[in-house]
Amino acid sequence: MSISAVFDIAGSAMTAQSLRLNTTASNMANAQSAASSVDEVYRARHPVFAAVQQQAMENALGSETSESAGVSVLGIVESDAPLEKRFEPGHPMADDEGYVLYPNVNVVEEMTNMISASRGFQMNVEVMNSAKQMLQRVLTLGQ
Amino acid sequence: MAISFESALGIHEKAFGVRAKRAELIASNLANSDTPNFKARDIDFRAALQDQVNNSGQGNLKMRSTREGHITESSTEHFDQPLLYRVPMQPSIDGNTVDEHVEHAQFMENALAYQSTFTFLNSKFKGLTSAIRGE
Repeated sequence: MSISAVFDIAGSAMTAQSLRLNTTASNMANAQSAASSVDEVYRARHPVFAAVQQQAMENALGSETSESAGVSVLGIVESDAPLEKRFEPGHPMADDEGYVLYPNVNVVEEMTNMISASRGFQMNVEVMNSAKQMLQRVLTLGQ
Repeated sequence: MAISFESALGIHEKAFGVRAKRAELIASNLANSDTPNFKARDIDFRAALQDQVNNSGQGNLKMRSTREGHITESSTEHFDQPLLYRVPMQPSIDGNTVDEHVEHAQFMENALAYQSTFTFLNSKFKGLTSAIRGE
């Protein structure tokens, strides 16, 4: 039944968007986490989305060829943007030259990501709601 | 005199299936609104419905499967109409052609049409029921 597939699709999108919101939260939380060496410093993380063909999701009960696609998160990549180096000799984590490394989190970018993720989530909730209404109407057929 | 569900329900039964399929397609467009390189897709509703009507008009001759593993005939929900690509109004730099507002409007319109098809179908059933009861 096609309508039930809507739940899978919207559900996968909601999972993906909430993961994106999670990475955003972690980036914002760690925006000021200082470190003394390049290896230890936190780097901004972003999820990579990709479409999953529905056909692969439901392990193909034969003839039904489905063209719709859900979303999957391929992985989480760390940003390559340059780290922020601040001269703070009084900081306990300062290196020999007095520099402290701060993460390469761009707070403005994270805010826009957050808005986009929450809007995407909202939209998929609405899609799921309409699908639910459609199914509920079908149940009353002939009454 | 026989009551044939096929002729009593008319086109609405077929439209129901196509509407449900279209809801699934648009839901997948909306789900992938942030996926890079995803292309929004849709069907030509008129052609798809015509296809459904024509397919079911050829009598109910079905192939019989006598052994396990025989490939079954495609279900009624499957259609042969090619999926079309939506032309983006504002192309984005990541190759994604989903326009959230267009898709949202299409989804809502589809849901409404689904409901009206449902209402038609429901009243057909009500008519049949009262004919059977003879009240």
